[in-house]
Amino acid sequence: MVYEDDMTFTDYTLGQEELERIENILEEDLVKSGVHSVLLIDMAGNIIAQRDNGSCDHDLYSLAALASANFAAVDTMAKIVGEEEFSLLFHKGESESIHFSKVNTEFLLITIFGKEVSLGLLRLKVAEAVQKINDVWA
Amino acid sequence: MGSNYDDNVTFTDYTLGQEQLERIEHVLSEDLVRSGVHSVLLIDMAGNIIAKCDNGNCDHDLYSLAALASANFAAVDTMAKIVGEEEFSLLFHKGQSESIHFSKVNNEFLLITIFGKEVSLGLLRLKVTEAVEKINSVW
Amino acid sequence: MAFVNMKTKEVQAKIVYYGPGRGGKTTNLEYIYSKFRDRIKSDMVSIKTHGDRTLFFDFLPFDIGKIMGYDVKVQLYTVPGQVKYDATRRLVLKGVDGMVFVGDSQVEQRKKNILSLKNLQENLASYKKSIFKVPLVLQYNKRDLEKEGVPLLPVETLEKDLNSQLKVPSFSASAVTGENVVPTMKKIISLTMTSLQNVMK
Repeated sequence: MVYEDDMTFTDYTLGQEELERIENILEEDLVKSGVHSVLLIDMAGNIIAQRDNGSCDHDLYSLAALASANFAAVDTMAKIVGEEEFSLLFHKGESESIHFSKVNTEFLLITIFGKEVSLGLLRLKVAEAVQKINDVWA
Repeated sequence: MGSNYDDNVTFTDYTLGQEQLERIEHVLSEDLVRSGVHSVLLIDMAGNIIAKCDNGNCDHDLYSLAALASANFAAVDTMAKIVGEEEFSLLFHKGQSESIHFSKVNNEFLLITIFGKEVSLGLLRLKVTEAVEKINSVW
Repeated sequence: MAFVNMKTKEVQAKIVYYGPGRGGKTTNLEYIYSKFRDRIKSDMVSIKTHGDRTLFFDFLPFDIGKIMGYDVKVQLYTVPGQVKYDATRRLVLKGVDGMVFVGDSQVEQRKKNILSLKNLQENLASYKKSIFKVPLVLQYNKRDLEKEGVPLLPVETLEKDLNSQLKVPSFSASAVTGENVVPTMKKIISLTMTSLQNVMK
């Protein structure tokens, strides 16, 4: 029995060009629509791409780790009560809210936004961005 | 180590006698299960089950559910603090046939309600609010 | 925080396995689960990444029988060991009653053990708990690798690194083969129950 090294590599590969296309989508579709900060993370909580409006100083690494863990916890609860999965997650705060969207089995899109953006518009923009990000692999 | 440390094992900050637990179970049964809820759990923030009640047709693994629910709540609470919020609005997960609703009773307890399509979210919220008030008045 | 249910005469206590990443925390619980399958009614819950690393925790509830007339239910948890999951790891410690620190005996993991133990001390302090007061057992895992020719730290070195101040019970173990996994668990349950009884009296 030999133990593996501490290092694991992700199942996906993203070249520099693909990453730039993803960052461009985050910038153009979400930050330009008034979103404060947007993160593409993998299911292990690693930040794949990130964009913000320049005035955010949240601890995004902790946020990403918590978001992926939380997503997995909610997924496990769904299975326990016999559901395939629960509807998308959204948390509303006084001035900042967080929206979670599953991009595919590998990635989550986390959007932090304020009162300037309506939930309706946000959902529309997120849906468009998710579609475009999935097209990057197509 | 200074005296601001707790002793080796700490018990929960609250104590609940048998009579109080019976009153709580009565609230869960009368206000929630009778309104059509499948299963309801009162848990503490460490994931312990304080009281539970169901309609007799639930065989979910409730101890695992309690552990996951308290973890879910704590993770969401920490994310709120990271983005500068005191706390986020209530948690609710919608499934095809079963949904889960979370309600903070006080700093110690969460009320977890599992319900199906027979109960509208509006009615559920009303009943949960009433139950939370009654549970808080048990102390 | 142990919860005592006066009505159902049930006690729930939380025991957390802590330690550096890939040290064998989950393997400890998996061995316990396979060994006591007939006494554990539910499935083990593991929240992990696609790469099989713990992301949030593993959870295993375990009925250990009656103590002082109460049914005692021990809830075993692991934390994610990787450094980057510190915020998540801290959440799992909430309300902990007893701890097992699973150290990795490999020579090259020496520093990681020390850092992880220090991290445990800090995270306990954030809940106003002292590592010197919480019931704690150390486990020096992966002793089986000696046979494979992998350089291991002598137990004396591990004791000096990790246990010279704590002075708590420690076990040389192999979670993969199961060696000393159950004794480690029995020890932490017994320490936890002793402190519970002292408070319950």
